[in-house]
Amino acid sequence: MPGVLWVPAALALALIVLPVLGLLTRVDPARLPALLTSSAAVDALDLSVRTSLVATVLSLVFGGPLAVVLARARLRGVRVLRAVVLLPLVLPPVVGGLALLYLLGRTGPLGGLLDDAGLRLPYTTAAVVLAQTFVAMPFLVVGLEGALRSADARYEQVAATLGAGPWLTFRRVTLPMLLPALGSSVVLTFARALGEFGATITFAGSLQGTTRTLPLAIYTTAQSDVDAAVAMSLLLVVLALLVIGLAGTKAVEGRA
Amino acid sequence: MIGSRVVVALAGFALLLAGCSAGGSEQAQGERTVTVLAAASLTESFDELAGRFEAENPGVRVQLDYAGSSTLVEQLTQGRRADVFASADTKNMDKASKAGVTGAEPQVFATNELTIAVPKGNPDHIASLADLNAPGRLVVQCAPQVPCGSAAQTVEQAAGLRINAASEENDVKSVLRKVTAGEADAGLVYVTDAKAAADQVQSVEFPESQRAINDYPIVSLKDAPEPELGARFLDYVRGPVGKEVLTAHGFGAE
Repeated sequence: MPGVLWVPAALALALIVLPVLGLLTRVDPARLPALLTSSAAVDALDLSVRTSLVATVLSLVFGGPLAVVLARARLRGVRVLRAVVLLPLVLPPVVGGLALLYLLGRTGPLGGLLDDAGLRLPYTTAAVVLAQTFVAMPFLVVGLEGALRSADARYEQVAATLGAGPWLTFRRVTLPMLLPALGSSVVLTFARALGEFGATITFAGSLQGTTRTLPLAIYTTAQSDVDAAVAMSLLLVVLALLVIGLAGTKAVEGRA
Repeated sequence: MIGSRVVVALAGFALLLAGCSAGGSEQAQGERTVTVLAAASLTESFDELAGRFEAENPGVRVQLDYAGSSTLVEQLTQGRRADVFASADTKNMDKASKAGVTGAEPQVFATNELTIAVPKGNPDHIASLADLNAPGRLVVQCAPQVPCGSAAQTVEQAAGLRINAASEENDVKSVLRKVTAGEADAGLVYVTDAKAAADQVQSVEFPESQRAINDYPIVSLKDAPEPELGARFLDYVRGPVGKEVLTAHGFGAE
């Protein structure tokens, strides 16, 4: 490795680490316990963890099969499909929120039908989960699909020649090969759902206990009490580090 | 060996930064800029005032930046330099004064009050604050942390009720957007915002709004890059033209 690479590498790391450390300088340790146990903070943390878990499960249940289809199906236009899956990753989250709103809002084509049936999505916790799934699921799909593509398809072919059906092959051969990638993708998906902000505030609104997740609570609180907002930010950082660190170290490392 | 490479890389980085800042401050010869930070609810009226001020003062450009008052105060206390600051409430102006960023005594130049914004034709026949709590009604208001939200709290107390809001937004424009988009049956907004969107909403006045009249203070800032121009713009806002424009946009301006 050329030694000169150390300089930009250190700058890159500093760009990530220093601002987070900057947060710490704004925290008043004496006020921290009170700020973190306020009902606003507790409600937001509780809501964030619950919705992000559901969003991760939804991503797995629907995004997992999508990844397999993208990697294994012999389809025309798979490239276009893959680009579409990446869209939520590159779109500003607010655009995602607007898109969800204009489809599923009261005046949207699908939302109007739901409204007639007495179902309302905006302003509900379900809307938060939907917004989080929209922005986080691509992490799962892309992670799994990449692993599937780099995995050796010959094992599956051999299993098939030995008489295993597609389902048995998938269960006994494909799935075990995918496990490390699955771990890292699930962690990333959960972490992204946890940090979701723009789509949620646009599509779901913001109400304590119902739709105000931790990122939204930080934004609202910062309008009147910066110290409390910084305390909540710290909570989010610690939570994200825990998720990535504890659940993900093994899975994130290496080829996955 | 590595040391000299480090120096070269750092120098390159510094050059890059210098290039960025030079590009940012590029400005026409002889043109002077007065920087005004204003509460978001002043957008329409200050845009108009700035245009007229520029027309009357050739070679002067008014650079306006709108945001929530608390956001602007936070920026100022973190060292942002500007000439004039106009807040949507006295609470945030007091914060700015306490932080020592103001250059004089703030002066109230306009007032605003809340109204109920409903879709054109008022399909739900909303006539009072209490009507907002009718079953099935989707109402949106501001969060108590922002000026329009604390005003909402005051009028609710005056009316002796608590509105069951479906969402508490961070700024009044978001509340208005939910009503104009048809995602809310009603929203508590400022008179001025309802007026600015008069082609899409109509407003329902209610007596309790008189209990929460919002004062808009304006001040010239310490360490202003263009103190003289800033003072001139401030006088302009408080003068006859300012009163005319502000009143036309629905503000109270004495």
